[in-house]
Amino acid sequence: MMTGTMTSMQRTLVTLGHSEPDRVPLFLLCTMHGAKELGFSIREYFSRPEYVVKGQVQLQKKYQGDCYYPFFYAAIEIEAWGGDVIYRDDGPPNAGPPIIRSHEEIESVEPPRVGDCACLSKVTETIRGLSAHSRGEVPIIGVVMSPFSVPVMQMGYEAYIELMYEQPDLFWTLIKKNEQFCADWANAQLEAGATAICYFDPVSSTTSTSPELFRKTGFVIAKRTLAKIKGPTAIHLASGRGLPIIDDLVQTGTAALGTSTLEDLRVVKEACRGRLTVIGNLNGIEMRRWTPAMAEASVKDAIARAGRGGGFILSDNHGEIPSQVPDSVLFAISHAVKKWGVYPLDQVPDEG
Amino acid sequence: MNDSIMSDPVLQKIPESPHFPLLVDELEHTLLAVDQIGTKRIIRDHCKSDSPFTCIETLIVPALEEIGRGWEEGKVSLSQVYMSGRICETIVDAMIPDTDPSRSNSPRVAIAVLEDHHTLGKRIVYSVLRAGGYTVTDYGHGLTVDQLVTNVVRDRIQILLISTLMLAAALRTREAIAGIKKELPGTQVIVGGAPFLFDPELWKEVGADAMGHAATETLEIVKRMTAEV
Repeated sequence: MMTGTMTSMQRTLVTLGHSEPDRVPLFLLCTMHGAKELGFSIREYFSRPEYVVKGQVQLQKKYQGDCYYPFFYAAIEIEAWGGDVIYRDDGPPNAGPPIIRSHEEIESVEPPRVGDCACLSKVTETIRGLSAHSRGEVPIIGVVMSPFSVPVMQMGYEAYIELMYEQPDLFWTLIKKNEQFCADWANAQLEAGATAICYFDPVSSTTSTSPELFRKTGFVIAKRTLAKIKGPTAIHLASGRGLPIIDDLVQTGTAALGTSTLEDLRVVKEACRGRLTVIGNLNGIEMRRWTPAMAEASVKDAIARAGRGGGFILSDNHGEIPSQVPDSVLFAISHAVKKWGVYPLDQVPDEG
Repeated sequence: MNDSIMSDPVLQKIPESPHFPLLVDELEHTLLAVDQIGTKRIIRDHCKSDSPFTCIETLIVPALEEIGRGWEEGKVSLSQVYMSGRICETIVDAMIPDTDPSRSNSPRVAIAVLEDHHTLGKRIVYSVLRAGGYTVTDYGHGLTVDQLVTNVVRDRIQILLISTLMLAAALRTREAIAGIKKELPGTQVIVGGAPFLFDPELWKEVGADAMGHAATETLEIVKRMTAEV
């Protein structure tokens, strides 16, 4: 697990401390590729924690990324709340019909107890298995959906926007229920051995919510929820824009920000410098048709824009690399970060 | 908005107003503030009751277009785009009910979400097209390729809009478009959604005729295609 002069854990911790490690850490956030490695369908793969452990270990060895990623799929939280999950062979499982079908149902819906949910236990078992493999050398990144973003799956996006604007009391009732579940779920993953929690919050991005509304909603919610999570966190906007709210995100107490390919990585890094580690921002959708040369150029460019001074983890911009991205591109990304990401980065132009 | 608003005898015809650009600006601001009452007031005060299409073309659509441009530039949020479209759709539906003969000038337009269940994008485009005076058949969400092709061929759709959120679904539009074009070569297909925004080449790869970056851009494309079909 030493691919430079540091372990993945050391490399990550140094960059999170806003110093330069041996090279830029690479978080290759593959979920479904593990199924391909083991020759399983996506449904089979996520049916047993030992498959996901094996898949993650194989992927880490193959591409030499700097983390394990025991994230199954976003809809697993809806499954925990009693909803359906729709599997497909060529993409992540989706949430089925909304579990909250009218605003009035918000009062009666009850959050599940994390320990009672078989689907969530598969994830914590996976984390325990990966923890044994890691022996403290590879960070394990747990995942939660933010209380502010999960209603998109709980009730559908349109109904949720209308709730926000038109029924604020019910909105806060739902958020309160989600906050407790989110903190409990994050802490269960930390107790199982996760090193940090990625708090997915696309609805807080300015792509989804105006900064003014965010400051009255998603910001307050993140600040309150992250305070209850007993470990380090990263806020990931899952492809959404975040530049106008970076000062607010700093105040939530998070350590890192997953940023969008829609924003200039140099500008984001400058806004975050010394305060938030930037995670991103390779275009996962375009990655599907990249050549190895395109992958290398993209990695080099990202490192040139954001690598100097540490505080940067190279990753995709969404938090999940599509299953259609070929191995050749993942290999090219892995090789490129070793070629262009070695500090003090004399080999790349200074775009900072 | 009720019909009495449009029959107000003091209504002004917008293009004759020297304050027209300011009006569009004002309407845009009330929409972004999700101010339904303010929006209705502007329409009531400045639209002539017997020319709803003039009101749509010169005031409502330009305001929505500004909002769409703002979203593309990252200055306006999706929730504001959605609420703006919904408010305008309600107003235009009151101005031109489905039974209004002028609606029948619309080409046969349909919209669907292929395979996945994320409907926000479809809903926004639907609202903006309705606000633009179009009649749109909504095929819903979660349709398989076969279901979509069957519906489009059965209804002899002239302009089809396909919305997707997941990459896998976006890639499947290729199959749907090929099936539709085989039966109805003249049908124009517009695709939209996150995968197409993040990969600007994807719409060509799947064989679409156009891609809408934002709902209002889609409205412009539909208008252009309407003249051609």
